[in-house]
Amino acid sequence: MTSIPYIPAYATAETYLNRSYRIRSWLLTVDHKRIGILFMISITLFFVVGGAAATLIRLHLLSPAGTLVRVETYNRLFTLHGVIMVWFFLIPSIPTVLGNFLLPIMVGARDVAFPKLNLASWYLFIIGGSFTILAMIFGGTDTGWTFYTPYSSQFANGHVILVITGIFVVGFSSILTGINFIVTVHQMRAPGLTWFRLPLFVWAIYATSVVQVLATPVLAITLALVGIERIWRVGIFDPAVGGDPVLFQHMFWFYSHPAVYIMILPAFGVESELIAAFSRKRPFGYGFIAMSSVAIAIIGFLVWAHHMFVSGISIYAGLVFSLLSMIVAVPSAIKVFNWIATLYKGSIALKTPMLYALGFIGLFVIGGLTGVMLATLGLDMHVHDTYFVIAHFHYIMVGGAVMAYMGGIHYWWPKMTGRSYSDFWGRIAAITIFLGFNLTFFPQFVMGYLGMPRRYAMYPPEFAVYNILSSAGASILAAGYLLPLIYLTLSLKYGERVGNNPWGAVGLEWETSSPPPVHNFHKPPVVTDEAYAYHKLKFTPES
Amino acid sequence: MNQFRLFPEEASNLAPQVDAIFWFEMAISAFFVLLFIVLIVTFAIRYRRRSESEVPPRIEGNLPLEVAWIVIPFAMLLVMFYWGGLVYVRAKRPIENATTLNVLGKQWMWKVQHPEGGREINEMHVPLGRPVKLVMASQDVIHDFSIPAFRIKQDVIPGAYMTQWFVPTQLGEYRLFCSQYCGNGHSQMIGRIVVMNASDYQAWLAGFVPDESPSAAGKRLFESWGCAACHGQRAPTMAGLYQSKVLLSDGSIVLADENYLHESILEPAAKIVASYPPIMPSYRNQLSEEQIFDLIEYIKTMQSVARPPGPGIPPTGPIAPMPAPSTLPVTGDSPRRIPNNPPERHPPGFDIPSNLKSP
Repeated sequence: MTSIPYIPAYATAETYLNRSYRIRSWLLTVDHKRIGILFMISITLFFVVGGAAATLIRLHLLSPAGTLVRVETYNRLFTLHGVIMVWFFLIPSIPTVLGNFLLPIMVGARDVAFPKLNLASWYLFIIGGSFTILAMIFGGTDTGWTFYTPYSSQFANGHVILVITGIFVVGFSSILTGINFIVTVHQMRAPGLTWFRLPLFVWAIYATSVVQVLATPVLAITLALVGIERIWRVGIFDPAVGGDPVLFQHMFWFYSHPAVYIMILPAFGVESELIAAFSRKRPFGYGFIAMSSVAIAIIGFLVWAHHMFVSGISIYAGLVFSLLSMIVAVPSAIKVFNWIATLYKGSIALKTPMLYALGFIGLFVIGGLTGVMLATLGLDMHVHDTYFVIAHFHYIMVGGAVMAYMGGIHYWWPKMTGRSYSDFWGRIAAITIFLGFNLTFFPQFVMGYLGMPRRYAMYPPEFAVYNILSSAGASILAAGYLLPLIYLTLSLKYGERVGNNPWGAVGLEWETSSPPPVHNFHKPPVVTDEAYAYHKLKFTPES
Repeated sequence: MNQFRLFPEEASNLAPQVDAIFWFEMAISAFFVLLFIVLIVTFAIRYRRRSESEVPPRIEGNLPLEVAWIVIPFAMLLVMFYWGGLVYVRAKRPIENATTLNVLGKQWMWKVQHPEGGREINEMHVPLGRPVKLVMASQDVIHDFSIPAFRIKQDVIPGAYMTQWFVPTQLGEYRLFCSQYCGNGHSQMIGRIVVMNASDYQAWLAGFVPDESPSAAGKRLFESWGCAACHGQRAPTMAGLYQSKVLLSDGSIVLADENYLHESILEPAAKIVASYPPIMPSYRNQLSEEQIFDLIEYIKTMQSVARPPGPGIPPTGPIAPMPAPSTLPVTGDSPRRIPNNPPERHPPGFDIPSNLKSP
């Protein structure tokens, strides 16, 4: 690890990319790197669909009476946007793309523990996605992504069952990926790679996998029960047939709050890698960052009812869940403080991935602090179910998870493809996304505190200014997302070829060639040092 | 109501309390956001990479710093939790002498029923400075009764009553929203809250020509459904039931409030009164939520027959336990109803219209 020899990737005999060009070699691959690429292409398509729905929503809300679609269509659009973005983009994004590609390399393994199961995860994802796309083609449904009963089980229009089936199936993809990663981290680490030598990305993915495996079955059960009630009118959630609608909310959020951590924990992992690489420093308080991921994974299971403070739960339940939600904010705060401390006396290079990483901190902090406001009982009873909540979770999900995903893609793109992209356009896109994002979602905080409820197809005229600002921001944001799609695609053909370690970063993935060979390493690695031994970094004249 | 604003009006007793927490948390949030921005920008400039082969000094961490940024945020969070919890508990606490309005949410309208008989749709008139208690029900899906200017919001879950208390503190008109997605008409399930002077409110109420007061409608329902055939004979009497404490067959004691009465009509088997057989059928899907409101208004007016005789019936005072019906075996000497002490006070003329005081 002390020196980084330069091996021109294109000069080596075989990489995972040029091994075979046949379509069959991709669709039947068991190579974790190829599966990662398959996921990347699939979730990008879903992101485009979910983003198109968001664009239509923002266009529609340009005027108080609604400009574009009928109310029925609007309700189906926000449902589609939520379902696609949550289950078909955010939850799979970092684990299945970056996790699949990098986790085995980072632990020095040839592949994940169960390569065929890994491919099965992708097929389940595609099958689940097909159900959802099919439902969309038939006209979608209007339940909202939360499927609140008894609306979803008795009153909703459209293809609820089809959408639920899609999510049910994709849940198994999530579970299988989680199992695969847990076993890989436990069993496949290279000689000398102890737990506390693992990169923080691995810690984060590991914690995420545990949550995926434990929480996702609850979602499957809950959605199955909704389906049973909808088809056979068995009284489970609908009080008209003897059920309890609040029971649904408990079950749904028992999955869906941990699901928030399935989305953001991997982003924390990426963030730690980016901050370390572009400060050329060991992350400040490595142990604290690693353990805070584990703490979030555990405490994250105990806060679900903070989604239900106005759902008629008892005052005592409200107090307990408010306190636990406050506690879960602490490990997130630990991470932010440590990332910023890592910058101190670093060697900071403001390359594209680092811009995303620094933007992430700003947006995540705003998302986190407004989350604390929502966990405050006395405030939640005012801002619950308003645009304040919408703004809050978009700061976490888009400002946090998507920014980290974009940063991670830009950081590891040279490793995945063996080519570099235009850093100039990369930085332009990162700044555009940051500004567009803030213009889209910051006005929603103000609008939310004023009381504008979520899921309104029409709204009173006093909210028009905020909605127009938000829609203007959304158009900038959309342009920001289109740019990487263009220059990253162009880089596949025109990008300069890169060496093993174009960023001068430390980590097992930077010791192998770019793109990596089929079995990841030319000779099996032996780890003799901690994950971030930047102080031992020596530069050979390379680039 | 239609004006552009940066911050909502404060028109209830709760509004200033909620806003105080908001500004407190805003101040802390703004401090940390600014601190982080300053640190990031300073470090990014000061420690920018000056040569491609630069390797910075190694810093592993600092335990006192880690402890500091665990303990200090945690302490701040505890303050936020405590303060927020305090306001929440206060908002949920019943206010004495409140006027009870019945609110029904259904796809897609709000129906408000005043105790004297005034009924409104998507509007609610309330008197300034007088406490109001809302008893809310949903006929179909989950709705949410939300008045941003009052800082109140409560999901209205079908199958149970939800209650909410507030005191309007500022004259004017304010928005009412349904805040829980309920279908195609969700964004049209909005309305207007009018806060009036107490005298204007009385005049407004008097100007109403109700078809029938809720309790009179309830009395009619009570008779037409033949409730009295059992209640008072084979089933517990309704007289003096409201706001009394009821001993159940499992030994527990419940307060006979609106929610208990509502549940006992829809789900009679859920709570069986001690030493009575569970013979009552469910009236689910037979009575609408509006009819149940009326029935309960009538039940509220039925006073105990075992009350000591006197001129009229005082709206306050303990309610005597009911004698056990002679046709049923009495197990032990446990009373069926434990007197409730003290009962909820009703402003005269609100829950007990004078024509119904003596059954």
